Amino acid sequence: MSLLSFREVAKSYGVVPVLKGIDLAVEPGEVLALVGENGAGKSTLMRIAAGLAPASAGTMLFSGAPAPVTLHEAERAGIVMVHQEFCLAPHLTVAENVFLGRELTRGLFTDRKAMETKARALLAELGSAAPVRARLRDLPVSDWQMIELAKAFARQPRLILMDEPTAVLSATEAGNLFARIRAFREAGGSVIFTSHRLDEVKAIADRVAVLRDGQIVRVEATSAISEDAMAEAMVGRPLAEIYPPRRGAAPRKAFLSVAGLCAPGTVEDASLDIREGEVLGISGLVGSGRTELFEALLGLRPASCRSFVLRGRERRLPGAREAWALKLAYLTEDRKGKGLLLGKSLDQNVALTSGAIAGAAWIDRRAERRDLEAAVGRYDIRAGRLDVTAGALSGGNQQKVLIAKTLGVEPDLIVFDEPTRGVDIGAKQQIYEIIAGLAGQGKAIVVISSEMQEIVGLSDRVLVMRRGRIAGELSGEAISENDIIRFAMGLEEKGPQEEASP
Amino acid sequence: MTDITATSAGSAASPGRSLLALLEAAGPLIALILLMLIGTAMSDSFLGAENLSNVFTRSAIIGIIAVGATFVITAGGLDLSVGSLSALVAGMTIMFMNAAAATLGDGWPLVAAGIAFSLAIGAFAGFVNGFMIVKGRVEAFIVTLGAMGIFRSVITWLADGGSISLDFSLRDAARPIYYGQVLGIAVPIIVLAVIAVIGELTLRRMRFGRHVAAIGSNRHVAFYSAIPVNRVRILTYVIQGLCVAVATVIYVPRLGAATPSTGLMWELEAIAAVIIGGTALSGGFGRIWGTIVGVLILGFISNILNLTGFISPYLNGAFQGAIIIIAVLLQRDRSQG
Repeated sequence: MSLLSFREVAKSYGVVPVLKGIDLAVEPGEVLALVGENGAGKSTLMRIAAGLAPASAGTMLFSGAPAPVTLHEAERAGIVMVHQEFCLAPHLTVAENVFLGRELTRGLFTDRKAMETKARALLAELGSAAPVRARLRDLPVSDWQMIELAKAFARQPRLILMDEPTAVLSATEAGNLFARIRAFREAGGSVIFTSHRLDEVKAIADRVAVLRDGQIVRVEATSAISEDAMAEAMVGRPLAEIYPPRRGAAPRKAFLSVAGLCAPGTVEDASLDIREGEVLGISGLVGSGRTELFEALLGLRPASCRSFVLRGRERRLPGAREAWALKLAYLTEDRKGKGLLLGKSLDQNVALTSGAIAGAAWIDRRAERRDLEAAVGRYDIRAGRLDVTAGALSGGNQQKVLIAKTLGVEPDLIVFDEPTRGVDIGAKQQIYEIIAGLAGQGKAIVVISSEMQEIVGLSDRVLVMRRGRIAGELSGEAISENDIIRFAMGLEEKGPQEEASP
Repeated sequence: MTDITATSAGSAASPGRSLLALLEAAGPLIALILLMLIGTAMSDSFLGAENLSNVFTRSAIIGIIAVGATFVITAGGLDLSVGSLSALVAGMTIMFMNAAAATLGDGWPLVAAGIAFSLAIGAFAGFVNGFMIVKGRVEAFIVTLGAMGIFRSVITWLADGGSISLDFSLRDAARPIYYGQVLGIAVPIIVLAVIAVIGELTLRRMRFGRHVAAIGSNRHVAFYSAIPVNRVRILTYVIQGLCVAVATVIYVPRLGAATPSTGLMWELEAIAAVIIGGTALSGGFGRIWGTIVGVLILGFISNILNLTGFISPYLNGAFQGAIIIIAVLLQRDRSQG
């Protein structure tokens, strides 16, 4: 008997259908992956399973009985959800968070010692050594994810729902999580998880269900489907080469040269050239100072430098607004926190930066509307209606709005920070085309990315960062994942051939 | 989320929802109309020109302050010092006018100088508040709570616990500011109308207003979008200070004196009016016309209590308090739905 099964489950918001006739089941002791483009309905399906949202139609069975429909019933039945956004209390300790809502007690009082011991054990099972007495706010985000996971396992669930559990984890941490999931599976537990990373799906899931436009288009044993086949099922058409063709190598003029850039605590003595018509890839581990380097360069954080030569002219480091006025643009990695006003309309968002730099005091609303319509056409923003808020769009379309907003100032240098994070594969390809198109027009482009393939596929030249410094440079045919990793991990420096290497 | 026009557009899929959205958008107006119907039913003199003019004129002072508060709150800030600032501006302006009468005479030059003086104090006090909040990075609540205490205590000290009175010889010159009429409409009402229209246009149609709402909506997004966040935030407090000064200029001729109890609890009324009017308490969305409706709702409640004697006017504050809570309650439901 299946642990949880959906039969003809549908969900619509207003008249907009999000899920249509879902038939799916997860067996005891099975790991099921849900993949699909942004807006395909993965998160909605998870929310229904977790009792966070009611289905509009259809039936759901849990161990043969009608499935729980509220969060509390679901928890009691042994279904827990690990959210993409954290549901933790920053001011409580790690142990208190792990047992939040079901504190261990001894008589009238909470049993702190028992909770700390158990929390430590639960975290150890996940390969985490996070201090159980520390307040959460003092710990890094990757620890938070581990604590969120430990909290889920602490409830002794039968089914765990995980929405993008590895988004903020390093490769090692993700490996630890997978080991824990396997142990959980051995013990008879079931997992449903979503991920944009198909290699992970391949590695950990027993079966994969592909969602497209609210319908399940394919369910396969993971061993029977390749990553490419998954991607094709997601998009609904064969995928051509995802990266745009490379431009020929040509001597390129330096657009911006900076020497000895320092930002206190994050960037040390960085010197680099950014050239016209070139895509400069920035790689390095999370926390190596990639974002900080370019925030420092564009006045978004306090910094100093020995020299800053823009368009052949020496000047001082610009301030934040100055940089924009100099046509130097930064497209943030934090779309929701720093990029878009999610509660405001699309035209306001698109007009925000260009208006703040060069807009007249009186707003021309018709012009804003025209600009939005032009952007929708140029960047293929799929919004249905144009009078919705930015928050109503899917991740990929939000990213395109952010691109339209940033490019609205007609910049000469554009720093794309994680331009495809949380974006589905179809939109990804479109964003790559936009980036290549800009470089083709002679713009200076920087792409910061944690995705190695993206760096290798897009860049004409790559800088690898390590601990706030530029650890190495690769260009043209010499760009390979292997070398990038060696620089990022510091292997090049430690080797005996250190003196010999350039 | 907090943007009403946007949410209603985003969720206008079904007719039931769009009706609900319309109700939300027009809520304060409907409440005002209901209140006026109640007033009409309970008292014959309620709809008389004299009574209405009286309510409008009295509401004008809080109304002008509340226009400034709409800017501050929309930008995600808060100013608790407006009542005390009003007392301080009143006191210092009266002292200035009494002293300057010797050189400027008792005609309009003195009144003009008095107005300029009070605007300068208001703007300066607003700037200091804003500067401390933005550059000093202290919570707006704390800074303006402190300022509230400081202003109140300084005016008490200046008045030596009593009152500061405008010299009788000067009162005739200042009188028309409160008691005068243009085309049969009292001056305070005209001033309020002009300020409200300017405020609404600024907030809705001008770049500055767009930036105010953007900052209240998400300060980081605003900073990363090249908006001069610090400047705009400080300016909202300067606008608030200027509005307090204008309100005080109108208030002074009414009593001709400033006392330690001048402007007591005005901050509560101003903030209440803003919230009742539909401006989001957490910032990001504001509307001046709503604020004006909010001020009138408060004004009419107190007026009805006074006229009918059905419920003691002493309970006015209780009604105001209850209405604020209900307004925020409705706002909370909106942001969750």
